[in-house]
Amino acid sequence: METRVDHSLSAENLAVGYDQREIIHDLSVRIPTGKITVIVGANACGKSTLLKTLARLLKPTKGTVLLDGRSIQSIPTREVALKLGLLPQSPTAPEGITVADLVGRGRYPRQGWIRQWTKGDDEAIADAMTSTDVLEIADRPIDELSGGQRQRVWIAMALAQETDILLLDEPTTFLDLTHQFEVLDLLVDLNKRDERTIVLVLHDLNQACRFGDHLIAMKDGAIVCEGNPSEVITEQVVQDVFGLAVKVVPDPVAGTPMVVPIGRHTTRTDQVIPDNPAAENPAARALAASAAANGTCRPTDR
Amino acid sequence: MGAATAERGQVIARARAGRQARSLAVIAVLAVLLFVTFCVSLSLGDFKIPVIDVVKTLFGAGDKATEFIVNRLRLPRALTGILVGVALGMSGAIFQSVARNPLASPDIIGVTYGASAFAVFAIITLGLTGTAVSALAIAGALLTAFIMYLLAWRRGVSSYRLILVGIGIGAIATSLTSYLLTKARVEVAQQALIWLTGSLNGRDWANVRSLAITLVVLTPAMILLVNRLRILQLGDETAYGLGLRVEWARLGLIVVAVLLAAIATAAAGPIAFVAFVAPPIARWLTRSPGPALIASALIGALVIALSDLIAQHALGDTQLPVGVVTGVVGAPYLMFLLARTNRVGSGG
Repeated sequence: METRVDHSLSAENLAVGYDQREIIHDLSVRIPTGKITVIVGANACGKSTLLKTLARLLKPTKGTVLLDGRSIQSIPTREVALKLGLLPQSPTAPEGITVADLVGRGRYPRQGWIRQWTKGDDEAIADAMTSTDVLEIADRPIDELSGGQRQRVWIAMALAQETDILLLDEPTTFLDLTHQFEVLDLLVDLNKRDERTIVLVLHDLNQACRFGDHLIAMKDGAIVCEGNPSEVITEQVVQDVFGLAVKVVPDPVAGTPMVVPIGRHTTRTDQVIPDNPAAENPAARALAASAAANGTCRPTDR
Repeated sequence: MGAATAERGQVIARARAGRQARSLAVIAVLAVLLFVTFCVSLSLGDFKIPVIDVVKTLFGAGDKATEFIVNRLRLPRALTGILVGVALGMSGAIFQSVARNPLASPDIIGVTYGASAFAVFAIITLGLTGTAVSALAIAGALLTAFIMYLLAWRRGVSSYRLILVGIGIGAIATSLTSYLLTKARVEVAQQALIWLTGSLNGRDWANVRSLAITLVVLTPAMILLVNRLRILQLGDETAYGLGLRVEWARLGLIVVAVLLAAIATAAAGPIAFVAFVAPPIARWLTRSPGPALIASALIGALVIALSDLIAQHALGDTQLPVGVVTGVVGAPYLMFLLARTNRVGSGG
């Protein structure tokens, strides 16, 4: 593999909005290179807006996004696509498209005016499909796949683009728990193997703590707090960002912070108290807490 | 590592070759079917000519009499039909892929209705005929598309808005057409009505020439744009992410699709449903997710050639305009599509 140039992505004094409504007011951020950054926050706090602005989908009304020190809006969009890949929240695939065909379209920015396939293209596609474990299903139409497989195919498409920076908007939202972890584990692999810079928006705070090296907590279009998970996910910050009283305890599996929401109906009267409290599985408790945390911030803001 | 990568690369190359092989086979079969239909339509008429003589004549080895009948009398009409079908098939394929919706074809959203309103205005109010009517029809299609694009624009054009606005404008254009028809004298109205049904009667080499030139001029643009269309199909955000200049690509594609629909309508009137049914059949045959542009063009041509054959010869002495037959074939498909969309609840 060729020597990797370290890419940098940052934003200075961003203001972004839709029509008349300004979502982000004055935001500056530097995305750490080679790390996994997770943006968290309540619905409509501007986290997707920030991600889209970083990916040049939205044009800021003030301020700039800098890719390698240059304003991203001034770089030809095709050149940006060689450095920065994007997986939107709900991408649409044309009916009947096969896995290999879809992943191959990730090569678009690397091909000329008229599509010509080289051996290099095919190998990049095969590589992307191998690391996401979808090479076996190359000829299947993607309408027939499970949600988890489909999401891996989309990630493969973004990988075939061969960019050092990868932005993902809620890549786990429509997946069940198993597939959520499958996708997140895959992202960690990709980060570790190629030192890819990955930025993603997640709803589940516990997953954010598990998989993120760097967390950005947002509220009302501004960054409340950023840093490593144990710095960011404290009872105070969660109370401030989500307006929800929580307990933060160490995750019994990973040791990262784990958020246990308190809510109003905390004690259940119908709860069966186990005969032997020691038999209660800590992992099961963690799962329940995670599911509960997920429920408090449902992804409905689009 | 290197060898394994190369081998996996082969898997991808083979998968692509497999997809292309199917498309090529479908295209080849369609081309043969089209040629056969074409020859049969040239052989039939008041004076029947054996198909073999038609083929001979086409390759320049026929006798004087057949040459006159085939080349002078029947060829322009048949060629016009084929070129109109090609243009309509491609126009529909581009529209449906850009909008990611099988309802978005120029004869469902307003483009051809706009052309019709202008043409009827030309025939009835201005008393024009021939090329002047065609020119105004093209102007009408372009103006309709332009208004549609402007009204649908809100920080970019979404396909859903484009279709709704298109249907609305189509309705306005249709009521204008009806208004003009009710005000007209009966003989003039009848002439306008024949134009409105879509007909290949009396088409000559001038029609063939203008269609062929436009298609040749648009071909390089289509080759460049079809690659972008494949990216645009993945949704606006993904397309941006892949470095496509989405709004420019979409505008370019719409302009080409509108021009194709406009020249076809100008040459033969608004032949119903060809642009609408050809692309889904092409995608189904080729199993292609993409626009299937060439297959759509061939199916469009085949649908018109077959429909015209039926319209001219199936009912004995009664000759129908080709649009009557395509309408009979296309309308059930529209109902099927609407019913299916409703059941799935996807709204198209």
